[in-house]
Amino acid sequence: MQAEEKLTYETWPAAPERATLEAKNKFLGFWLFLGGETVLFSSLFATYLALKDKVPDTSQPLAKDLFELPLTLVATMLLLTSSLTSVYAMYHMKNFAFKKMMLWLGVTVLLGLGFLGLEVYEFNMYVHEGHKFTSSAFGSAFYSLVGFHGAHVTFGLGWILALMIRNYKRGLNLYNAPKFYVASLYWHFIDVVWVFIFTVVYLMGMVG
Amino acid sequence: MSTIAQKKGFGAVLWDYLTTVDHKKIAHLYLIAGGLFFIMGGIEAVLIRIQLAVPNNDFVSAGAFNEIITMHGTTMIFLAAMPLLFAFMNAVMPLQIGARDVAFPFVNALGFWLFFFGGLFLNLSWFLGGAPDAGWTSYASLSLHSKGHGIDFYVLGLQIAGLGTLIGGINFLVTIINMRAPGMTYMRMPLFTWTTFVASAMILFAFPPLTVGLTLMMFDRLFGANFFDVTMGGNTIIWEHLFWVFGHPEVYILILPAFGIFSEIFSTFSRKRLFGYSSMVFATVLIGFLGFMVWAHHMFTTGLGPVANAIFAVATMAIGVPTGIKIFNWLFTMWGGSVKFTTPMYYAFAFIPSFVMGGVTGVMVATAAADYQYHDTYFVVAHFHYVIVGGVVLALLAGTHYWWPKMFGTMLNETLGKITFWLFFIGFHLTFFIQHFLGLWGMPRRVFTFLPGQGLDAGNLISSVGAAFMSAGVMILLINIVVTQVKNVKVGNDPWGDGRTLEWAIASPPPYYNFKQLPLVRGLDAYWLEKMEGKKGMTPAEPIGDIHMPNSSFIPFMITLGLFIAAFGAMYHVNDKPWAIPLLIFGLAVTFGSMLVRSFKDDHGYHIHKEELTQDEKGAKA
Repeated sequence: MQAEEKLTYETWPAAPERATLEAKNKFLGFWLFLGGETVLFSSLFATYLALKDKVPDTSQPLAKDLFELPLTLVATMLLLTSSLTSVYAMYHMKNFAFKKMMLWLGVTVLLGLGFLGLEVYEFNMYVHEGHKFTSSAFGSAFYSLVGFHGAHVTFGLGWILALMIRNYKRGLNLYNAPKFYVASLYWHFIDVVWVFIFTVVYLMGMVG
Repeated sequence: MSTIAQKKGFGAVLWDYLTTVDHKKIAHLYLIAGGLFFIMGGIEAVLIRIQLAVPNNDFVSAGAFNEIITMHGTTMIFLAAMPLLFAFMNAVMPLQIGARDVAFPFVNALGFWLFFFGGLFLNLSWFLGGAPDAGWTSYASLSLHSKGHGIDFYVLGLQIAGLGTLIGGINFLVTIINMRAPGMTYMRMPLFTWTTFVASAMILFAFPPLTVGLTLMMFDRLFGANFFDVTMGGNTIIWEHLFWVFGHPEVYILILPAFGIFSEIFSTFSRKRLFGYSSMVFATVLIGFLGFMVWAHHMFTTGLGPVANAIFAVATMAIGVPTGIKIFNWLFTMWGGSVKFTTPMYYAFAFIPSFVMGGVTGVMVATAAADYQYHDTYFVVAHFHYVIVGGVVLALLAGTHYWWPKMFGTMLNETLGKITFWLFFIGFHLTFFIQHFLGLWGMPRRVFTFLPGQGLDAGNLISSVGAAFMSAGVMILLINIVVTQVKNVKVGNDPWGDGRTLEWAIASPPPYYNFKQLPLVRGLDAYWLEKMEGKKGMTPAEPIGDIHMPNSSFIPFMITLGLFIAAFGAMYHVNDKPWAIPLLIFGLAVTFGSMLVRSFKDDHGYHIHKEELTQDEKGAKA
């Protein structure tokens, strides 16, 4: 199958994200990239665990003084739900239902923005409590790990939005279907990383 | 293609190379850029040996010496050895699997430019206030206190170059998994392709820890973070771990493709199938796996405790087993073969004893208790030069002679090639053999001078003389290259006459679409198999049809240029320069803007039509 072909609901393949050689390459290449990203975040997690609560003096807040579970729970729910809505979007993509796909991608972006807003609010709150990027090794490690994730969320939002704007008028074809699919893979990956951050940083932070 | 290039003006050729996405041209770029950095690293090595030739020398100052050794190591590993291997991977691997290009031609170009600008940034440090001076390992406790911007150049330059290597690795992996010609099963892939595959997988998992380590160092030095600052709760050992979790696999990323090059050469010039092919593949994969389990053997004296030291010592020694398998397989390949002593075969032959010596001292330094004696002495310097020079550099020189005809369509002069070999080989052993003993006699690593009368004078002088021999060898190689290209005598598909793998089945240099018809692969050493059955070339696996090709693009250059500019902004931000942060933002905007353009502009490539392909053939015959 060719990327330029005009397709209809009837001729749309079952796996449009892998229908052409370019798409197959993109699909595999992105999975491999996510493998590398896993190692990247593992290194950041290891650094965080080594430097957790490592502060220069007792005036600095520790993990158990800082984190508030209700706030992060809401953020977690927003991000997990956005992962689900991106699954809906890909379901409609596979059914050649462009408008429905765009709708669910839109919901995904809104949920992602909500998460990002909460993260900015949360960081702002910590800074006012004296937990800064430059105030201790703990602060540096915390903001690096969670901030790297936040930067990934921001990039993912920009990516999905760019795809939506670019393809708004022309609908689905075999050239852009793998692009949407790969962006949603990225979004899932961000979600999985957050599950680990929620566990390792926040839940383990609460128990001391 | 080269005939077309001759008709073009210089500007057109330059633009062609700036925008190319053709793996063969990117291979040229890697070879030229890597070669230039190799010469720079070599000049730094010569400066080191001049300074250490006699006791109490003041040829360079202590500070300059630190900069020179740091840049020598960093340049040789990141900017010479890796890109030169990437040159051969790009030039040969797609041909060996019968592909028309790599999976992501655009990403391939991007990877090259990232490496090149990263290397350029690093080397600009010489002109902008001093080079990095904390050793190529740049341990945090030392580098955090290094004055000036040297370490910042190291951190940002390697970050950019490392990104290029990472995406290059992903590209090769996808190419090998998805783009093999019909019949090219995994267990029919040539060994160089196999080692490229395993090395690329290692790149994928080894480079992210380096990325994180460099990022943390950047945050500490430029943005006020405290990862490695003990007074703020930081921990300097984190850098050592992150660096060596990358750094040790890196050694195997370098040596595995070198093994691949030698495997090709041994079987070609023994005119015999590689002995124990499947055990070679197994050993390659096993080395790749074990390579991730041994990083702490660089940190035996850090104080991780006897249990950790013992585990890492045993794991390290275990790597000797698959490596031994390989050594014996190469020997048995030659055994009973009809060996032809060409220049590449000289290197391959000399590689075995040289590398085995490096391996033996490797087991010695892997013995944790004994390592407390060897650590930070010239014994270690001798060890890693025996594996890197005796393994990787010999492979690069061998590969240059072996694949030069395939890359450029001309044959390097064999006599000059053999002179290069003897000069380099003698010089190599002269330089580094004595360093084992200098180390055992107590000469520490990274000292800028030594006192007379301590029994170190003669050894150091011998070592310096050896460096002169190696330099002479490299110069003869350069002369050889110039002479060959000026004479410009074109050769045919299979100039060695004994080619076994698919790259020798097509023209030298190959047409820009590589294979007019994808070949049908019927077994290991696909081309040899056909030749032995009296056929002239490969049996095509498809009728002549349109070929899909990617478009050239300037965007990879722009994406990289943005990061290059941003790096200056990040670096001068600590000097409170008002333009630093705007420059950083501008650079990142160029990068992300270029990415957006790439995303928004559809790029379907183009087709070479059937008629053009058949006309090409007629034109060639006329």
